[in-house]
Amino acid sequence: MSEVLSSLPPDPIYDRRARIRQITAHTLKRRARTSQLFMLAISLALVVALVPLVLILFTAFQRGGSVLSSTFLTTLPQVPSIGQQSSIGGIGNAIIGTLIVAAMASVIAIPLSLLLGLYLVEVETRFANALRFSVEILSGVPSILLGVFAYIFIVLPQHRFSAFAASVALALLMTPVITKSVETAIRGVPVSVVEAGLALGARRWTVARRVVLPVARPGIVTGTLLALARAMGETAPLLLIIGVSFSTSWDTNPFHPMSALTTLTYYYSSSAFPAQHQAAWGVALVLVLMVLVLNVSSRLISARLNKKVQG
Amino acid sequence: MAGAFAAVLIFFVYSVVHPSLPAWAHDGLTLITGTRWDPAASVYGALPLILDTVISTVVALLFAVPVGLGTALMLTFFLPRRLRTVTTSLVELLAAIPSVVYGLWGLYVLVPWMSAHFEPWLASLTGGRWPFSGDNLGAGLMLASIVLAIMILPTIVAISRDVIAALPRDLTEAALSLGASRSQVLRKVILPTARSGILGAVSLGAGRALGETVAVLMVIGGNAQMPRSLFSVGATLSSTIATEYAEASPSNLAALSALAVILMVLTASVNALARILVRRAGTLGA
Repeated sequence: MSEVLSSLPPDPIYDRRARIRQITAHTLKRRARTSQLFMLAISLALVVALVPLVLILFTAFQRGGSVLSSTFLTTLPQVPSIGQQSSIGGIGNAIIGTLIVAAMASVIAIPLSLLLGLYLVEVETRFANALRFSVEILSGVPSILLGVFAYIFIVLPQHRFSAFAASVALALLMTPVITKSVETAIRGVPVSVVEAGLALGARRWTVARRVVLPVARPGIVTGTLLALARAMGETAPLLLIIGVSFSTSWDTNPFHPMSALTTLTYYYSSSAFPAQHQAAWGVALVLVLMVLVLNVSSRLISARLNKKVQG
Repeated sequence: MAGAFAAVLIFFVYSVVHPSLPAWAHDGLTLITGTRWDPAASVYGALPLILDTVISTVVALLFAVPVGLGTALMLTFFLPRRLRTVTTSLVELLAAIPSVVYGLWGLYVLVPWMSAHFEPWLASLTGGRWPFSGDNLGAGLMLASIVLAIMILPTIVAISRDVIAALPRDLTEAALSLGASRSQVLRKVILPTARSGILGAVSLGAGRALGETVAVLMVIGGNAQMPRSLFSVGATLSSTIATEYAEASPSNLAALSALAVILMVLTASVNALARILVRRAGTLGA
């Protein structure tokens, strides 16, 4: 019997099965390896994305921390002299300047954006669509061009660099961000709430002010805080229109040149005095802290909002 | 109110275009094609500035797009929920850091590192061949591109993540049920389907990079010359406006306004393209 079996010609099916098994094993192995490589690559991408943030924050805290003190935050800057090269004074006027400019920009941008956002939600015309598109385009306009705009329209006619001109440029920077958040937040208000208001006989404007805006408020506040953070960290337009990078006066007239944190950082970074390089990190740290506080608070507000919506 | 805002926008365009008219009238197209930018001699050719702007943006995209897409995929598909929230916030924080702080970091941390380590390493790796030739100054196009890449990363991550998350779940599940591996699903299903939205995200990042001013100004070296390699120092459209505008002579002011027009046209077209792509991707996902 066994002689008969062994004398038969070899079965091609066995061979083919073996080959198929071999190819399958090979393919599966290659697939697994590609998959692992790809996973490794995107995990690496995530790490690479986070490294700069850690490095920048670390450097800012390390180099800026040693400069930071209550005197640094509250006094006027000093011009270092040959004899006293390490006397840098403080940045009190730059902090005040940044706050004043940001406040003025908010006063212009917030009402404008609220109305604009409401308009974009309520009106469905060609003009409204064109306007929405232009707001989106404006959000992509380089900030330096906003500085050019403010220079031509405010600085030239007034023959004077001013904090006011800076705040107009920053208001234009903030408007698209806030408008977008207003529009999104208002679109999130349930129609039933609006209709309930209208059914009670309230006018459209009353419903908008008393019903829609309060419901949409957390979303709007979040957007506003983010816009404010962006505006406070903006340097480029200020270089053209705020007039001074380094000032040793407490002048808070909005129609005069004013010192700001960002322009001061820029000025210090290219200074001839090593002590002012150190000071640049101090100013940068103050800027980073301001922006962090605004960001974290906006995040907390939106987190609370999400919880409320889900719960 | 909306009308008033529209008027402001029109004024905005007018304020950028109108002051540049004398320059266009005087120099014509040599404003764009001229290879020498020398305000002291009243010679205004913006080609080196345009090239530096475009090159630094393109190289920044080469760095930022793979890293950004990888991060977006990781965030959407593989991180547990809590870790995802934290990581998303951290990446968004990158967008919040003021550009002058990026510039400061680039100037005092990256410039020494680039000139001592990174550029010599790149040069030795490539045998000093173009585009990795020239002096290892640290400052220059390469560093500007790296800083820009970091700055536009959050834009690319956020938008492409939104686009990817908006894709229907069926796609992934269908591919998985056919026996595709995880990387096959991502590479052959997710990325191709989200292509136009991702392109939109990339264009938005490019728009930001083209217009970024202060961070680039602080690390690019500030010398308006035709770029010779990635290591050469340069100046971009926006950095030139920032340094020369406040104390410009009338003829220089007109030429700078022409730079502003070029910059506006560049960024507006890139952004318009981006918005259209993202919007189309949005309707696709829904």
